[in-house]
Amino acid sequence: MKLLVVEDDRETAAYLVKGLSEKGYTVDRSGDGREGLYLASSGSYDAIILDRMLPGMDGLALLGALRAAEIGTPSLILSALGSVDDRVKGLRAGGDDYLVKPFAFSELVARIEALLRRGGAAVATTKLRVADLELDLLTRSVKRGETVIDLLPREFQLLEYLMRNAGHVVTRTMLLEHVWDYHFDPQTNVIDVHVSRLRQKIDRGFERPLLHTVRGAGYSLRASD
Amino acid sequence: MPRLLSQIHRLVRTHAFRLATLYFAVFAVSVLGVLVFIYWMSADFVERQTQATLDAEIAGLAEQYDQRGLSGLLQIVAARSAGDRGDGMLYLVTNPDGHPLAGNIAGWPEGKPVAPGPLSFRVSVKIKDHTEMHPAQGALLVIPQGYRLLVARDISDAALFRERVKAALLWAGLLALCAGIGGGAVMGRSLLRRVEEVNRTAERVMGGNLSERVPLRGTSDEFDQLATNLNNMLDQIERLMAGIREVSDNIAHDLRTPLSRLRARLELSLLGAPDAAAQSEAVRAAIDEADRLLTTFNALLNIAEAESGTRRNAAEPLDLAQTARAAAELYEPVAEEQGCALKLDVEPGIMIRGDRHLLSQAVANLLDNALKYGGGEVTLSAHQHDGRAALEVSDSGPGIPEGEREAVLDRFVRLEPSRSTPGNGLGLSLVRAVARLHNGTIQLGDNHPGLTVRLEFAAL
Repeated sequence: MKLLVVEDDRETAAYLVKGLSEKGYTVDRSGDGREGLYLASSGSYDAIILDRMLPGMDGLALLGALRAAEIGTPSLILSALGSVDDRVKGLRAGGDDYLVKPFAFSELVARIEALLRRGGAAVATTKLRVADLELDLLTRSVKRGETVIDLLPREFQLLEYLMRNAGHVVTRTMLLEHVWDYHFDPQTNVIDVHVSRLRQKIDRGFERPLLHTVRGAGYSLRASD
Repeated sequence: MPRLLSQIHRLVRTHAFRLATLYFAVFAVSVLGVLVFIYWMSADFVERQTQATLDAEIAGLAEQYDQRGLSGLLQIVAARSAGDRGDGMLYLVTNPDGHPLAGNIAGWPEGKPVAPGPLSFRVSVKIKDHTEMHPAQGALLVIPQGYRLLVARDISDAALFRERVKAALLWAGLLALCAGIGGGAVMGRSLLRRVEEVNRTAERVMGGNLSERVPLRGTSDEFDQLATNLNNMLDQIERLMAGIREVSDNIAHDLRTPLSRLRARLELSLLGAPDAAAQSEAVRAAIDEADRLLTTFNALLNIAEAESGTRRNAAEPLDLAQTARAAAELYEPVAEEQGCALKLDVEPGIMIRGDRHLLSQAVANLLDNALKYGGGEVTLSAHQHDGRAALEVSDSGPGIPEGEREAVLDRFVRLEPSRSTPGNGLGLSLVRAVARLHNGTIQLGDNHPGLTVRLEFAAL
């Protein structure tokens, strides 16, 4: 997987390149908006991570030019501007995700993984499956093995999101944004309570747990540890 | 002297002066118009009357001449000239040389041409024992064979009247103009003084004294309205400035402490023998500390954003009931875990204009607080009444003493001295900022026992 990082702050860029390389990605880096656009125009990247404020060319302008050239490489905007307005502007300009600085590295990795998945499998499915856990999107029912599991509507959405991202880390912020459509940090960690409730329903009484907590990052739904 | 000159110069340049000048010009023109009209209606009218009388008299005498010839005319003229009838009528008939034949004028007025039409001349009039020269206005009829008939009228009374009217009008005009200048000056001065007051206040405010206000006269005229608006603006600025000052004080206090803790922790991990496990534990703790700092920092930014009003344009019609239910749903498991009963009392369909994200966060903060510090039974209710939408979160915990209810709305204020419960003391500040952004109110009350926080907005 090949990533392009467009970031002018040298230290942040070094940190990104090092971290992402350790995760197994091939990373190219540019510190300038114009150069970034030139590199991105090749279309050979699987995802682009770009800062919003860049020398030479603004990050949003870069995205606009890229999208105008019909290059749809998934992109994630990194920005110190964190208001809802800024986020909306970033997404309208053609960004696929928006992450406010400073961020936890695990959050960034989880989001990049989600972006890469989104680019590939856009197959319309009616059933999601992880090990013996099955979620039917049409009948909105959930079964584990032969046991039917009753879920509240929100728990169903939560499970659906986790299953769509099965095998990958999903952060609390991602859950808040995609399941609840909230863009703020609640003071109490309410997400943990929701997840542990869901865990009670899908894992209790079964030999192998599916819903795992990833320390310092979030959660992951997967068949084995 | 130069002081006076500069004052005059300053006065001339003022808007008030230009206004007064314009006012005076309009005033002068209208006064002049009125005076001319009065003159035309009085003095000129008399003159026109005289001319009409003379024309009628001439026409009458001409008729007599046609019927009775020259001798008849002479008879009539002699008869009309005899004695003073008090109407000031003068007659004269002369032969072609100008030699008088009949009438009460001594002779043909000297130097006056023999031409038909109006004729102005002076005539000597005998009054008691002396003669006076009086102005007269006449009309001439030249009879065939060159005889002349002059009918005139002593217009000394009319002339006197005209003089009187002229003098009266002149004085009236002068008086009116004086009043105009005076009025204009007074108007300009008072206008100028009010503007000066505003200017002086503005200068003092710019000089750094933010508590200065434009004085009010209590007349509720435009200037008072202007002053009121300016004062409200200054209030707002002062409040914002105080907010900024308060925030920077608080930031200094509440961010510096965890930052120094963070630094100390990292420094400690470098001391002594390197121990991989202990170091990574220290780093992990440092990251947690940094995350808490970021949360506080983000909360501060959120409040600042809501308070600055930049998100006002993000307002859209939304259902407060739905927002409340969604927030309650988010917190329901937390309540259950803490052994609290979270009760919902929400009337469906309460439409207001607002920012969904900020309102959600405000409701979430209220529930968070109620569960964290209140407990027992927590009720979230939303109702609509008289065009107002009210949202209330009540708990049955210890509540807040009346005197401290205002204070908890301020940033970083936490009533628990030990600060053992996690939190940053920013939750209610954000709620208040959100309420203000939506032109709403926030009220803290007693739930007997417990705390009730009530938000009110204008319903759509």
